[in-house]
Amino acid sequence: MEHKPKIAIHKFASCSGCQLAFVNMGEDLIELLQLVDLVHMAEVGSMAPEDQQVDIAFIEGSITTPHDVDRLLKIRANSACLITIGACATSGGIQALRNNADSGEWMRSVYAKPEFIQSLSTSAAIANHVKVDFELWGCPVSSRQMFTAIRTLLYGVPPLSLREKVCQECKRRGNVCILVTQDAPCMGPVTRTGCGALCPSFGAPCYTCYGPAEGVNTASFGQRLIGLGLHPDQVARRFASINNAAPAFSEATRLFAGEEGKS
Amino acid sequence: MSVANCYLPWEAEIVERTQETPDIFTWRLRFTDPEIARQYTFQHGQFNMLYLYGVGEVAISVMSGDGSSLLHTIRAVGRVTQAMMDLRVGDRVGVRGPFGRGWPLFDARGQDIVFVTAGLGCAPVVSSIRYVVANRPDYGRLVIMQSVRYRHEALWAPQYDAWRGLPDTQVLLTSSRDKTRWPLWELGRVGVLLDQADYDKNNCYVMMCGPDQMLRDTAKTLIEKGVPGPRVFVSLERNMQCAVGHCGHCQMGGKFVCKDGPVFPFPEVAALMETEGF
Amino acid sequence: MAEVPRYFPRARLAELISVVQRAGFRVIGPRVDQGALVYREIDGVEDLPQGLTDEQAPGHYRLAANGTQRHFSWANGMSAIKPFVYAPRERLWRVDRDTHGIHFRPLMSIAPRTAILGVRACDLSALILNDAHFLRNLYPDPYYRLRRENLLLIAVNCSHAASTCFCASTGDGPEVSGGYDLLLNELEEGYLVHSGSPSGDEILQKLATARPSRRQLDQARHQLDACRQQQRAMPPAPRLTGLMSRLDHPSWDAVAEQCLACGNCTAVCPTCFCHREVEAPALDGQSSVHRRDWDSCFNEDHSYLVGMLVRPDIKTRYRQWMTHKLATWQEQYGRSGCVGCGRCTTWCPVGIDFVAQARRVLEDEA
Repeated sequence: MEHKPKIAIHKFASCSGCQLAFVNMGEDLIELLQLVDLVHMAEVGSMAPEDQQVDIAFIEGSITTPHDVDRLLKIRANSACLITIGACATSGGIQALRNNADSGEWMRSVYAKPEFIQSLSTSAAIANHVKVDFELWGCPVSSRQMFTAIRTLLYGVPPLSLREKVCQECKRRGNVCILVTQDAPCMGPVTRTGCGALCPSFGAPCYTCYGPAEGVNTASFGQRLIGLGLHPDQVARRFASINNAAPAFSEATRLFAGEEGKS
Repeated sequence: MSVANCYLPWEAEIVERTQETPDIFTWRLRFTDPEIARQYTFQHGQFNMLYLYGVGEVAISVMSGDGSSLLHTIRAVGRVTQAMMDLRVGDRVGVRGPFGRGWPLFDARGQDIVFVTAGLGCAPVVSSIRYVVANRPDYGRLVIMQSVRYRHEALWAPQYDAWRGLPDTQVLLTSSRDKTRWPLWELGRVGVLLDQADYDKNNCYVMMCGPDQMLRDTAKTLIEKGVPGPRVFVSLERNMQCAVGHCGHCQMGGKFVCKDGPVFPFPEVAALMETEGF
Repeated sequence: MAEVPRYFPRARLAELISVVQRAGFRVIGPRVDQGALVYREIDGVEDLPQGLTDEQAPGHYRLAANGTQRHFSWANGMSAIKPFVYAPRERLWRVDRDTHGIHFRPLMSIAPRTAILGVRACDLSALILNDAHFLRNLYPDPYYRLRRENLLLIAVNCSHAASTCFCASTGDGPEVSGGYDLLLNELEEGYLVHSGSPSGDEILQKLATARPSRRQLDQARHQLDACRQQQRAMPPAPRLTGLMSRLDHPSWDAVAEQCLACGNCTAVCPTCFCHREVEAPALDGQSSVHRRDWDSCFNEDHSYLVGMLVRPDIKTRYRQWMTHKLATWQEQYGRSGCVGCGRCTTWCPVGIDFVAQARRVLEDEA
């Protein structure tokens, strides 16, 4: 390798939890810093300007202001590879719930002088504004996934994008399905893998934080949740969670919220 | 492949590398363990699993050679093969194989041989053509039909010209997307060549590789023209990961393409090739 | 049951477990976890369920008290013994890179000697199919073999069939017919025990047993007879091959509307064998581990070819699962791949009934 690849982690509207996933790598982070130069990461204080050329730019957070858009375009123009990390950057995050509300009305009700707030009417995924080379889902992303992505890119190969359902990993771990034994409204059958089936491994139902899996059947699954005793509006809310703006989930939300209106 | 652990690759060195087209390259490999090199043999139509360090394996048919000079022609189409294109002479890769059932070149002795290929990834057939050419007295007429999208993509074109000059040999070429017709070339899919082919349909072996749809359509046409079904052989491509019939990805109905194939007599797979999803 | 079994009272089950442990085995047995029975390591008889039975229906599993002292009065748990021979995640080999080149070495983890207590007839049938796939193959699987050779199987004849069971129709149960080291029949007050192998003989010799009474033998027979009365029946194998001539049947579309393509059925199926190979490179670039993970024909990448998916939608994936299990499996291994355990039906989150679906395609209402 002629030069140490440069990596930047940029933050937009988010809780910084995905950046923390980096910090949580522990010893592996030290290993990683032998391999790459981390030129920008607000959480740890390195702050190269956004027009610095980098090999990999990781983006955390969603786009909610005109200023965000300017920054993002600059980053994209200076990054060989751009990877979104986490639900906010990849689907718009929990804050995308506002996309269905009158954000102007909210601002008028919260702020004394809303005219000073420069905000877009939606919270949008990075891919709504620029080309994204690879997506890492999750709230937060897993540090293991980030490593694998970096390691694979260092080998000159695009990372693999596994989109199977959480159930697959849950079964590999030998977990008992709490949907079947306890009627728990576990969202594993529609949610993308990557977390290692974390919640179900502790007996807690999955709540979609890794976004939609490939080939999901939300209509059938939503009906099943109704069969377990959920009200259609509760079903809609199960989909309208952290990744509410991911198309498969926003369609499911509309489908079941609509059903409530009919009933 | 006879080894206690069928999953374990052997190390091999890239001793020569040829860029055939912008996205096709050929490696000459040599097993670094001379004992492995000595033992390695293959049949035409079989494949190896080639391993890229830290990334994974891909199934690639064996072009020719032996364990100290093994030729693989690779098209950079997937994430592994694209990265393989960046490797240089002296780099090391993993190899396990050979796997699967090859072409019936032994049974076909004394018969006319018809090769039909479409697309660029026709290494499985090219190695057999070379074998038949090298053992010309053992076989009857030789007919080679190849279709490519564009004439300039045709790999091994000089070889085709050389083969054309051999006795009792016919080379028929077509390009499916070109607008201009060149001498010795037709325009259209491989089907346009079938009528020009001169062979004894009752005493021939047909060996084909290409996309499923082309294989199916051409096989059916040839059988309609009177070639017995069991004499039409196709080399199939499926998702091969373990190569030893364990992982299940390459299954086509009851067949494991990796070990029951990749070369099949067409009647064994004809019904499933008619249905989407197998 | 050809030879006459021996008998020991329930209180002595603890002794059987410790004899097996003293012989150098870790003991795997049924344990209650999150409301279901699963095979997990047990320390002693106190870890086993007692007085519990299972109520199973499509998409539904509950444990309920049945007022007995029995440890095995249930039909089956979530997983068969597949995970103990064909691990959900198996490290295959490691490669190290240095200035001389790349060096491969197999990662044959030392499989602990493992006794599994509570193995059912359907589990044993499935194990024979696992053996056929992984061992009676041109390329025997060394990882599977290592785990398989270290197994001691203590089977139990079923005394209760769940509503989802159909082993009587596939010919795989409820009575265990072979392939075990020890076989138990659980009675109200104790166990009949048979040995099926030299290892079984060795353990049985260390256990104080008695000659069973006529009444005890009758009880065992009646239990099994009752168990044969099952609510579901899979059509016979020759009829199942007819699935392949009904690939365009409209019920494939109907089931695709319901199916989540989540792959729970293939994961709990005791005979499903698909796995994907996965590369896990170390961050420092100096080594890499190659492993295999359970995969499912319900995943998109299962049928991946450059530029296309052979099975792009839920319909073709569900059809692949069912036609392979019931029809084309026969071409591969001389029988259907279904042993009638009913797990695919119980553990389907939307409760798709595998038997009913096969009958719908075959238009077989019997």
